Amino acid sequence: MNLWGTFRIALRALSRNKLRSSLTMLGIIIGVAAVIAVVGIGQGASASIQAQISQLGNNMLYVMSGSANQGGMRGGAGSTATLTAEDADAIERECPAVRAVSPGVRANGQLVFGNQNWSASSGIQGANEKFPDIRAWPVVKGEFFSEGDVRTAARVCVIGKTVEDNLFAGADAIGLTMRIRNLPFRVIGVLSTKGQNQWGQDQDDTVIVPYTTAQKKMLSITWINQVMVSAVSASATFTAEQQITDLLRQRHKIAPNMDNDFTVRNLTDIAEAADASSKIMTNLLASVAIVSLLVGGIGIMNIMLVSVTERTREIGIRMAIGARSGVIRRQFLIESITLSAVGGIIGVVFGIIASIVISRTLNWPTLVSPYSIIASVLFSMLVGILFGYYPARKAAALDPIDALRYE
Amino acid sequence: MDTQVITEKEPVIDTAATSLIRLDHVHKTYQMGDVEIHALRGINLKIERGEFVAIMGASGSGKSTTMNILGCLDKPTRGHYFLDGQDVSTLSKDELADIRNRKIGFVFQGFNLLSRTSALENVELPMLYLGLKPAERLKRATEALEIVGLSQRMHNMPNQLSGGQQQRVAIARSLVNQPAIILADEPTGNLDSRTSIEVMDVFQQLNEERGITIALVTHEPDIAQYARRVVVFKDGRIKRDERIDDPRSAREELESLPMIEDDEEDDE
Repeated sequence: MNLWGTFRIALRALSRNKLRSSLTMLGIIIGVAAVIAVVGIGQGASASIQAQISQLGNNMLYVMSGSANQGGMRGGAGSTATLTAEDADAIERECPAVRAVSPGVRANGQLVFGNQNWSASSGIQGANEKFPDIRAWPVVKGEFFSEGDVRTAARVCVIGKTVEDNLFAGADAIGLTMRIRNLPFRVIGVLSTKGQNQWGQDQDDTVIVPYTTAQKKMLSITWINQVMVSAVSASATFTAEQQITDLLRQRHKIAPNMDNDFTVRNLTDIAEAADASSKIMTNLLASVAIVSLLVGGIGIMNIMLVSVTERTREIGIRMAIGARSGVIRRQFLIESITLSAVGGIIGVVFGIIASIVISRTLNWPTLVSPYSIIASVLFSMLVGILFGYYPARKAAALDPIDALRYE
Repeated sequence: MDTQVITEKEPVIDTAATSLIRLDHVHKTYQMGDVEIHALRGINLKIERGEFVAIMGASGSGKSTTMNILGCLDKPTRGHYFLDGQDVSTLSKDELADIRNRKIGFVFQGFNLLSRTSALENVELPMLYLGLKPAERLKRATEALEIVGLSQRMHNMPNQLSGGQQQRVAIARSLVNQPAIILADEPTGNLDSRTSIEVMDVFQQLNEERGITIALVTHEPDIAQYARRVVVFKDGRIKRDERIDDPRSAREELESLPMIEDDEEDDE
């Protein structure tokens, strides 16, 4: 008696009572559909948060000079002169989890063009040529400054859309010269629109200059305020954070019991907190859905028990004719697994339809992953085994003489 | 206790070409609450190959218990049962299932066919558990249904068949694994007299033409007269065991009966 033969017997038994079989499956169908839809909504939300994360920059970390709390004196991050461009180079060179690095220098100052003047709310930022890549922030007009511009501390700048709109009154700014802190700068590019950041600050209200220019010609400093770091992947940001911390502690000769003189801020942290809360919500809803799947399983057990009682005589005949009790057990087990697996597959279809309908009507992003499909079909089969085992064992334990006499 | 001493000297496997069936001091007791019921009190019975034995007795005489033991559905409390030389009284549940599958064909009073399953599939069932290939199953099932004269009804469901036809499907099912013996438990109990004779005719043909061993339990003395040997049970013992020198012939009786409309062959 092979498995295929047993499966065919089971299938025939189920098809003999189609209404009952489909009602029994309904519990599993609803459960699986709920799991698929809920997980789909959750993963859709997660994906849109991930998209926001990537908008922040390419797996970005900031290294700020000056710890938030140093020797009892609480200075703001970036307020001390401990970070240098060499630190930035070292990070790029020696941290395997780091892909690209740009030093960052902050400056303030009035921007003047003709008779217009403007104060950029996001300030004047000094960076190197990798800034567009690290921040995932390309130029839409003109070009970004080059490595040569950085090396020669050229007086060129790239402006944000807000600056272009306000200072140049919407005219094409490329090639024009504006004055920053009374120094002439040629505008060579305009950045794409990035909008507000998480704290409501207009990120487009900014001017980017080579950090060397900011250091030497605007501020006359040798240190930098921060290092912008892009890790090799989103999951590598934590490793990168660790590697940078270790490297800088070593470079800054910080004794093991001393606090850092710098701060590494993992931007993904914040976004991931948001992601985590959406995942918690998803898990919560999914567990409610799984409960309904278990209720469906109990429905299967109930029907299988009824079926075993109803078919006592059939079981007796099969045993008298030579079916071993193991074969009987397998037959009923396969019946319940078939119920739950077919229910699971139908449930997947309904779940996918439900999440499409939800994303169309409620405008929620949904994402049904193959993983959740496979997992819920397997789980529903597990439910079938779990709740089918007892009835199957009951059938196999029948005594053929009593079973044959059963009316 | 001396019976046990004797039986324990017996070899477990009888290698000599012995009787097909040998019950050796078989006892069966049931525990019903505080009361012990002695269903069988030391049965000794031999059935040879090719015999047609009727087992008779009132209800409670032990004939059904004997049938259950012969059919390997039950085990003796004491004593031994040798089937085809093999001591089956010590086998496990699964081994007994295999013996039932290969060596015993059952025919019941209530037909016991699987409902909503065609005659052909019902007959194929024992071969399914034997593990035969579909082509072989179909071939053998078709042959068996031809033997019982039902080749026209192979694809009918049991509820589309008359009682006599259903019983013939059951006989075909009992035949199909070429068992050592067919055990028929009141096979005519649910049938009218003419259909009973028809069913007995099938048994007689199987016995006479194919040499199939048949044991038939009945409480109707005239049905027992179709067999060639009658064993009568009373109070858990064999009261009488005698040969019938001139058994009734179902075929002759059917021929002498007036030809009534033969609804078994022609209705649709």
